[in-house]
Amino acid sequence: MPEIKDGCVKPARGPIAPTPESAAPSGGGAPAQEVKRMLAQVGKEAPDFEANAFVAGMGFKPVKLSGYKGQWIVLCFYPGDFTFV
Amino acid sequence: MSTDSRFVHKIWQEQELSKMVKGGVPFPMLSDGGGKIGTVYGVYDEAAGVDIRGRFIIDPDFVIRAMEVLTPEVGRSPDELIRQIKAFQHSRNTGEVMPSGWQPGQVTLQPGPALVGKVWEVWKP
Repeated sequence: MPEIKDGCVKPARGPIAPTPESAAPSGGGAPAQEVKRMLAQVGKEAPDFEANAFVAGMGFKPVKLSGYKGQWIVLCFYPGDFTFV
Repeated sequence: MSTDSRFVHKIWQEQELSKMVKGGVPFPMLSDGGGKIGTVYGVYDEAAGVDIRGRFIIDPDFVIRAMEVLTPEVGRSPDELIRQIKAFQHSRNTGEVMPSGWQPGQVTLQPGPALVGKVWEVWKP
């Protein structure tokens, strides 16, 4: 598989703030508000985000959580690569 | 997902994970540099600058069904994760509810007025 070219610094969107207008493309209005508090709750919609990723067999690519809508998703956080547990 | 870069993820996969799991882990390894995503999911430790252990099950409607958050010294259980996903899938397909410790094939409950005060008759742990 061809290796995807990728530089040293690549910003990712990070958390995507839920806004009422988010369904429609914004016409150069105010920039998306940064989310700084916990939004995740059981029974509520998952907070969407886009993150840079390494995918085995594909290389580097940005991954958007909502790209997996329609499937069962397991999202795992852990303290660091090369740690022990 | 961790606060490590995608470059570190690549080397961890190649140098270590691929020796523990044949072919390496098959899912995307996400980078949360700065902990912004971890903050939204309630798992970012600002003092340490890392995401602690958090595990979220999200259903096909994009609704969070379960979350488990642990401090770093204890790992999670894949068996329990799979049990919970199977239970949520069963509930989604049937409308039934699963009592404590339910495993696929075991008795489920039909919530409703007829069951009030009668759980002891149908469910014997």
